[in-house]
Amino acid sequence: MAEMWINMGPQHPMTHGLWNLKVKIDGETIVDAEPEVGYLHRGIEKLCEARTYPQIIPIADRLCYGSSLTWSHLYCLTVEDLMDIEVPERAEYIRVMTIEMQRIASHLMWLAAYAGDLGLSVGFTYTMRDREVFVDLLQALTGSRLTYNYPRIGGVAHDLPPDFERDTVRAVKYMEMRLKEYEDLFDGSKVFMMRNVGIGILSKEDGINLGVTGPSLRASGVDYDLRKDMPYSVYPEMDFEVVTHEDGDCYARYRVRMDEMWESCRIIRQALQKMPKGRWRIVAPRNAPVGTGLGRVEDPRGEAVMYVVGDGTDRPYRLKIRSPIFVTVSAAPKILVGYKLADVVAIMGGLDMCIGENDR
Amino acid sequence: MNLYQFCYGIIHWLVDLVNNIWYWLGDFLPWYFGDLFTTIGDFVASEGHLSFMTILAECVVVIVVALINVLNFLWIFRKLSGRILDFYGPYYVGYGIGGWLQNLADGMKLFIKEIIVPTKADRLGFLLAPVIFVGSSLAILAVIPFSVDFGISTNESGEYVSAGALFALAAFSIAPFAILLAGWSSNNKYTLIGGMRSAAQMMSYEIPLILCAASVFLLAGSFNFVDIVDAQSGMWFFIPLFIGFVVFLICLMAEVEIRPFDLPEAEAELVEGWTTEYGGMRFGLFYMTTAVRSYAGGALATALFLGGWHGPSFLPDEIWFLIKAYIVFTVFMWLTWSVPRIRIDQMLVFGWRRLLPLAVLNLLIAAILKSGGWF
Repeated sequence: MAEMWINMGPQHPMTHGLWNLKVKIDGETIVDAEPEVGYLHRGIEKLCEARTYPQIIPIADRLCYGSSLTWSHLYCLTVEDLMDIEVPERAEYIRVMTIEMQRIASHLMWLAAYAGDLGLSVGFTYTMRDREVFVDLLQALTGSRLTYNYPRIGGVAHDLPPDFERDTVRAVKYMEMRLKEYEDLFDGSKVFMMRNVGIGILSKEDGINLGVTGPSLRASGVDYDLRKDMPYSVYPEMDFEVVTHEDGDCYARYRVRMDEMWESCRIIRQALQKMPKGRWRIVAPRNAPVGTGLGRVEDPRGEAVMYVVGDGTDRPYRLKIRSPIFVTVSAAPKILVGYKLADVVAIMGGLDMCIGENDR
Repeated sequence: MNLYQFCYGIIHWLVDLVNNIWYWLGDFLPWYFGDLFTTIGDFVASEGHLSFMTILAECVVVIVVALINVLNFLWIFRKLSGRILDFYGPYYVGYGIGGWLQNLADGMKLFIKEIIVPTKADRLGFLLAPVIFVGSSLAILAVIPFSVDFGISTNESGEYVSAGALFALAAFSIAPFAILLAGWSSNNKYTLIGGMRSAAQMMSYEIPLILCAASVFLLAGSFNFVDIVDAQSGMWFFIPLFIGFVVFLICLMAEVEIRPFDLPEAEAELVEGWTTEYGGMRFGLFYMTTAVRSYAGGALATALFLGGWHGPSFLPDEIWFLIKAYIVFTVFMWLTWSVPRIRIDQMLVFGWRRLLPLAVLNLLIAAILKSGGWF
């Protein structure tokens, strides 16, 4: 067969959203690739300029449907930096606990989509089922299931509901049990290993040069996790490991995310144990001072940055969002070339695309 | 009474009934018309016409039985996938009978959808491909008898096609050509890749499949299904030829194109593969035909390896045959839902480097068993 371009997207099962991956194939082998993003551009940065600071929290939630809590948390961190607010300690612990729950939920949704991409139906339904446990917990806490609108500038919206600690401990115990089962299900499957080991290798240098962050970079052997390297909130109090893997292939990316879920379980337990009593929210001023604020967090997908410029009014002058996936997707041509067409789903699935935050 | 005699009786009765009315009508007409009527009536009542109509009736019976079983298969497919994947499956359509009517409802829905031919498609090939695919799949059923009495035979004594097993395997392997035709004529890159994959994949599984079947033919000494099944009255062939049985099942999964070998319609990367451009009832036909092929595959595995219709006598032979075919299908479904899709180059490597040597080894075992005089 002659070489030809294939548009995988914007409407394609592989995309998990709305973007286009142009792949040039020779027979079944990929010779070139070109991601095209921007189909889901909603102008969120501009929308934020017309809203007051508290009104932006729900918009920040809508940046990523997979891990909305992380984004609203990041926004609150940024504005607290701008307004120079000290958040009560209980609120910090609640935030850390909830964003780690969100991290588990996000990684499980990634695992579900990944298994579905590879054709492993059992993996899809089982992981989505177990994601429900954490989604239900967050629902009990925040009242909604997808876009939580929970963090506030200066704390969190509510205190924990009754019996939340007990349910969380149970959920974490259940999750650790299920994680063992997943490791049997995925790592124990010969075909799964055949589809993953040695596929889509991203070298350490390429990863750093292309600006890839998060699990995809840690899978290439770079020990870079903002929770350790530039701690925010109460992460310095927590005892956890930064998961890295040396190989940089799809299996390493899968492995890093699985191990991160184990670490997240540890963090949730510790946050529950160390959580002090007290206030969970302080009243933030209505107007921000003239100045800038910067927030950097470790999103489930990589390093997320927000930069806000205040001009003394109750609305931000400018809000800049740095999406980890927008940078990661630019590494796609580098990773894809040389592999087979069927590996596109494994490689792009392994990067955990989230178009909401990508196109903003 | 075998199927031929049963159908012959019905056809004979029908022809008598029609001819009585026919001759009675002829009495009212002038003599020159009456002669013509008599000639036609005599032709209809002639032995050649009767046996032709009987074979047609047999085909209708076999296809209707097959389609009813296909409904069951699709229902099992959905319910079992629900059991494995942790959901209920069809439930409300056919409440109380486990949602059995869901497939009929889906078929009805597909039936009223518009059938579209893409503007730039090769019209002839696009329209011909489903016909070949469905036709060749139904043709497999023509030669597989469910018992000594139930099958399409051409005379009263109930003898079946002597090379029936060869015909079944040949009809089985026509489908990739239809898929290639569909993929090419749809004028779409996904369908084209799907069709090419189908052709490439066929190379890798067809040869081990035939070799495994050949080991059975060697032991049974015949291509005729009745002889093959009779040869298993002492011991079912899957015990001495266990390697061959496993290889045969794997190749059958590839032949039926269900996961992990559904590369031509890998929905994650190729949207729907070669069926992308087919909508409405054509898609429904493909969906149904996959189940027909699973049914035929199960029947083939049963007849060749699982002792056909042999079983304790408290159930009829046909029921034993169907039970075994259902078990084979259930095993297929179980594997389908718990294994990821394999890649095309891995499929080729798997076919040529793993399955083919095992199939040859199996053939060797069969040859040793035969020459040693155990069979």
